[in-house]
Amino acid sequence: MATISDQVGALHETPASGSNYLNCDKRIWSWVFTLDHKRIGMMFIVLVTVGLFLGAFFAALIRLELAHPGTTLPFMNHDFYNRVFTLHGAIMIFLFVLPAIPSGIGNFVLPLMLGAKDVAFPRLNLFSLHLFVIGVVFFVLTLLLGGIDTGWTFYAPYSIETHTAVTVALCGAFILGFSSIFSGLNFIVTTHTLRPPGMSWMQLPLMIWALYATAIIQILATPVLAITLLLVIAERVLGVGIFDPALGGDPILYQHFFWFYSHPAVYIMILPAMGIISEVISVHSRKHIFGYKMIAFSSIAIAFLGFLVWGHHMFVSGQSPLLGMIFSLLTFSVAIPSAIKVFNWLATMYKGSIHLTTPMCYALIFIFLFGLGGLTGLFLGALATDIQVHDTSFVVAHFHYQMLGGVGMAFFAGMYHWWPKMTGKMFNDKFGKINAALMFVAFNVTYFPQFIIGSRGMPRRYFDYELLLDKNPEITAYQMVSTAGGLILIATFFGVFINLVMSLFNGKPAPANPWGGATMEWQCTSPPSQHNFDKPPEANDPYDFDDIKYDAKIKGYVTVQ
Amino acid sequence: MSDKTHSGHEAGGHEHSRWLAHHFDTPQQQFFSVKLGMWIFLVTEILFFSGLFCAYAVYRRNYPEIFADGHHFLDTTMGAINTAVLIFSSLTMAWAVRAAQLSQKRTLIICLIITLACAFGFLGIKYQEYKAKWEHRLVPGQARLEKWFGVSESTGPITRGDLGFHPDREYIDKKIQKHSDRKLTQAELDERAKNLGPFFGIYFCLTGLHGFHVICGIIAITWLLIRSYQGHFSAEYVEPVDCVGLYWHLVDLIWIYLFPLLYLIH
Amino acid sequence: MISSCLSNSLLLAQEAGNSFWTGRQASTTAAAVDDVFRLIVAVVAIFFAIVVCVMVYFVIRYRHREGVPAEKTATHNTALEIVWSVIPLVIVCVIFYQGFMAYMKMVTIPPNAYEIHVTARTWAWSFTYPEKGATSDELHVPVNQDILLLMRSQDFIHSLSIPNFRVKMDCLPNMYTKTWFQAVETGTYDLYCTEYCGANSDGSEGHATMVTKVHVHERADFDEWLEKAADPVGDRPLHVAGKEFFQTNCSQCHNVNGTAATGPPLNGIYGKTHTMSNGEEVKVDENYLRESVRNPGKRVTSGYETARAMPVFPPATLPEVKLDAIIEYLKTLE
Repeated sequence: MATISDQVGALHETPASGSNYLNCDKRIWSWVFTLDHKRIGMMFIVLVTVGLFLGAFFAALIRLELAHPGTTLPFMNHDFYNRVFTLHGAIMIFLFVLPAIPSGIGNFVLPLMLGAKDVAFPRLNLFSLHLFVIGVVFFVLTLLLGGIDTGWTFYAPYSIETHTAVTVALCGAFILGFSSIFSGLNFIVTTHTLRPPGMSWMQLPLMIWALYATAIIQILATPVLAITLLLVIAERVLGVGIFDPALGGDPILYQHFFWFYSHPAVYIMILPAMGIISEVISVHSRKHIFGYKMIAFSSIAIAFLGFLVWGHHMFVSGQSPLLGMIFSLLTFSVAIPSAIKVFNWLATMYKGSIHLTTPMCYALIFIFLFGLGGLTGLFLGALATDIQVHDTSFVVAHFHYQMLGGVGMAFFAGMYHWWPKMTGKMFNDKFGKINAALMFVAFNVTYFPQFIIGSRGMPRRYFDYELLLDKNPEITAYQMVSTAGGLILIATFFGVFINLVMSLFNGKPAPANPWGGATMEWQCTSPPSQHNFDKPPEANDPYDFDDIKYDAKIKGYVTVQ
Repeated sequence: MSDKTHSGHEAGGHEHSRWLAHHFDTPQQQFFSVKLGMWIFLVTEILFFSGLFCAYAVYRRNYPEIFADGHHFLDTTMGAINTAVLIFSSLTMAWAVRAAQLSQKRTLIICLIITLACAFGFLGIKYQEYKAKWEHRLVPGQARLEKWFGVSESTGPITRGDLGFHPDREYIDKKIQKHSDRKLTQAELDERAKNLGPFFGIYFCLTGLHGFHVICGIIAITWLLIRSYQGHFSAEYVEPVDCVGLYWHLVDLIWIYLFPLLYLIH
Repeated sequence: MISSCLSNSLLLAQEAGNSFWTGRQASTTAAAVDDVFRLIVAVVAIFFAIVVCVMVYFVIRYRHREGVPAEKTATHNTALEIVWSVIPLVIVCVIFYQGFMAYMKMVTIPPNAYEIHVTARTWAWSFTYPEKGATSDELHVPVNQDILLLMRSQDFIHSLSIPNFRVKMDCLPNMYTKTWFQAVETGTYDLYCTEYCGANSDGSEGHATMVTKVHVHERADFDEWLEKAADPVGDRPLHVAGKEFFQTNCSQCHNVNGTAATGPPLNGIYGKTHTMSNGEEVKVDENYLRESVRNPGKRVTSGYETARAMPVFPPATLPEVKLDAIIEYLKTLE
C-alpha cells in the first residue's frame, strides 16, 4: 500500500515535471483534430466565452439606448435596435447559455468523474466541436450581412417576410443544434457504458445525473427545433406555405413547434447548472449532499415535465382557454422539483464547515438569484397574472434571473471550482470574491427594476418608451438605474476572466485536490495527464469526505486510507 | 489521427484488437456503446421527421380541404413500386448484416450492391415523379428555383411573387374537374387550386427530406462497400454494417408511413 | 380564507384603485387579477425570505473554523423531504386555482357586449364601430359598459394590450381573436402592441410606435364622439381632411417632397403616367389610386418590387370617405 507521501508525491508531480493534456502536444493540428475530451471542453469554453462577450456587447448597446427616452445612441433607430436585441438574444442563447456548461465544463469533467479515459465517441465529440465552430461562422456571417431583426424567437410570419439575413442565421442555429444533439448522445452512452466497475447509478456524482438528464432533453427536443428551422428556411426560400398565412399557412403552428423545443431548452440550460451547484455546495461545505436520490430523480422529473409545458408561452396567442388551463397546471408541477433542490442544498449546508471560496460564493448567489427568478415564474404560470405580464419587461427580468443569475452564476462557479483541475493554477480567491459580490449587487440593480416597470405595462422589445411616459413617468428613472447596474455587471464579467487568465501567469501551482472533493476528477493530477488516470480509481461515495484531509504542506487535500 | 498513447495498457497486457478503440476496455463494451449510440441517433431522426408528420396531422385535421385533391396529382403506382423497392432493399441490407456476422465477404458485398441498386432505383423513380410535377409547375417556389438555375422564361430579378405555389392552372383545373361529379365554377376551381399549395409544400418537404436521407444512406452504404472489399468486416467486427443497417431500416420505415399518408388516404 | 376574502373584494370594488405592481385598476377584472398578483407576491416574499435567511444564517453559523470539522448529519430525511414537497405543491395548486378563476372571468365574454372591431397593422391600430361605420385610430369607449373587441391583423402577429384594464390578446392575420373589458372610470389609458412586429427600413417607425390611447367617456359624451367619428370629414373641404388622413395612414412610408422612402413619393403624381414592375404603363387617376390602396399587390411601381410590400388598406382600416379625401388631397399636390 503506497504511503500518504507516495500518493501525494505521485499526484503532485504535474506541470513542472510531467506532461499533461495541455502541453503533451503543442502543434496546432493536435488541437484542431484532438480526440481528447479535455481539450475539446477547453476549446468549447473559449468559444462560449467569446459568445458571452459578444452577447454582452449587444446588451450594452440595449441598455445604453434604453437609459433615456427618445434616441439615446446616435446611430440608433427602430430597425437597428431590433437587430441589436435579436442578436443579443440569439448569440447569448445559442453561443453561450446552451453550450457553456454541457459542452464546455461537462465535456471536461464527465469522463474524469467516471474515471474513464474519454467519452464513448471521441470522434463524435470532435465533430460536435467542429459543428459548433461552423455554427459560429454562420452567426458571424449573419452579423456581416447586417444581422437579423426577428427576435430570437423567429415568430412567423414576420420571420418569413423580413428582408434580413434570417436564412443564414437559421442555418447556423440548425448546425449548432446538431452539435448539441451529438454531445447529448455522447454523454448518454458514456454514462451508460463507461462507468467504472462498482459505480452504480446511485453512486454517480450529481453533476453526471444533471448532464444525463440534460442529454435526454438534447436528443429529444433539439431535432424538433431543427425541423422547425428547416421549414422556416424552406418557407423563406421557396414559399412552401406552412407557417405564413399569406401562403396558406398557420402562424400558431410555428409557435407550438418552436416552443416545444425552446421550453425544454431552458432546462438544457439550467439542469447542468444545478449539477454544478450540487457539487460546489457539498464540497465547499465539507458535507455529504442531502437528499441525493431526490436531487437525482428531480433532474429526471424536470427533464420529463419540461416537455409538457410549452404552451405557457402562448396563453394570449389565441389558443383555447382549455389548453391554457392545462398548460398552466402542468407548469406549476415543474416548480416543485426545482424547489426541492434548493431545500436540499440548504440542508447540505446545515452543520457543515462552509468555506467561503469564490466558487461557493457563486453557488450562494445562484441560490439567491435563481430562487427569486424561479419564484417570479409563478406570476407567469398563473393564467390571470400572465395576461398582465406577458411580453413585458417582467418576462425579461424573469428569464435573466434564470439564465444569467442561474446558469451564468453556475458557469462561473464551475469555472472557478474546476479551474485548478483544468489548468493546474490557483486563481486569486480574494479578487474573485470581491468581483462576485459586486456582480451580485449589480445584477439585482440591473434586473429588479425591470420587474416593476414590466408589471405596470412596459412592453419588451421596445426601442423607445417615450410614448409611455405620459402615464408612467417613472419608467425613465427605473431604466437609468437598470442601465447603471448593467454596465457594472458587464464589467464584472471581465473581472472573472481577467482573474482566471492572470492565474495562468501568476497563479500558484494547484494541488490535485485543492477543495477536498470526493469525486474522481480530484484523484488525477492538476492538470490531468492526457489519458486521465494511470489506474482507474476505485468507485466510492462521491460525497463522503471522511477520509479526505487537508495537508498544509501541499495546500490541498489528500485521501487518507 | 489519434493522439492517444498506449501507456494505459501495461496492466493486463492483452492484445488490443485492431477494431477496439483505446478508451474501451472490451469489445463487448464497445459494441454495446455503439449500438446504444446508434439507437439514440435513430430516435433523434424519428423526432426530426415527427415535426413534419405533426404538421401533416394538424393540417389534415384543421384544413381537410387541402388534402381533397392532392392525391390526384401523385402517381400511386410509382409510389407503390418505390415502397416495394425499399422494402426489398431492407431485406438485402439485413442479409448483408447477417453475412458480415458470418464472415461471408462475397455475400456481404453482393447484398450491399443490391441494396445500393435499390436505393438508386428509388431515387430514379422519385426523379421521374418530381420531373412530372416540375413540368406542371407544382413545386412551391418553382419560379425562384428556375431563376436560380437559369432556366427561367422570364428575365427579371427574383421577386417575392416568385415564391409560393403558382401551378399550371390549365392542367390542374382539368384534372380537378375530371374527378368532380359536377361542373365546378371558376371561383371553386380557384379555391381548390389555392388549397393545393400547402399540400404540395408538405409533400415536397416530407419526400424531399426523406430523399435526402436516402442519399445519405447511399453514401454510407458505399463506404461500407469499400471497407467490405478491404475485408474489414467479419464475425469479430460488424458494428458499422449493423449501424448502417439500422439506419437504412429507419429510412424504409419512414417511407412506409409516408406512402399511405400522402398517396393513399384521401 | 384569505383568497376568498380577496376575491370578494371584487364585488365591492367597482371603483378604480391602484396597485403598486400593476398600476391603476381601471376595469372590472383588474382587481381580481391584482388579488392573484398580491397572493403570489406574498408567497414569493415568504419563501424567498425563508430561503435567504436560512442560507445567510447557515453561512455565518456554520462557516469554516479552524479545527471544527463538519458534523455528520443525516443524508436524507423522508418526512422532511415529503413535507417540503407537499407544502409547495399545495401552495401552487392554490395559486393555479386563483389564477384560473380570475382568468375565466377575463375570457368569458359577457352577452350583449358592445362590439368594436380592431384591425392591427404595421404600425398602427384601427378601431371600427360597426354600429355607425365610424373608424378611429384611438379606442373610444363608454364607461361601465361591456366592450367586446373583435380583432384581426393585416400582416404580422400583433398583440393588443391595455395594462390598466389587464387586457392582452394577440391579433392574428389568419383568424379573429376576441377579448373584452368593462372600464370603471372615465379617463385616458395607454394601449400598446405587445407582440414584436418589426420596424420600417429607415428605422423611423416600428413595434414601439404602435401605441395609441383608450378614451373612456361618459355615455353621452361617447355617443357624441361616435356621431362625429362617423363623419370624419365634417365641415371641412375634402382635401383638407384628406391631408390629415394621409398623415395618419400613409406618411409612414410615403413622402410628399419627391424623395423615395419605403414607398414612392406621392406629390405631383396625379395625371402622370407611371411604369409598373411588369413594364405596363399606367395613368395615375382616381381608379389607380383607389386600387393602390385597396389592392396594392396587384400592380407595383417599377423599382419597388423588392421593397417591403405595401399593406392592404381595407375599408375596416380606411373607410371610403377617408380614401376619397386622401385622393382629393393627392390631387392638390405638386
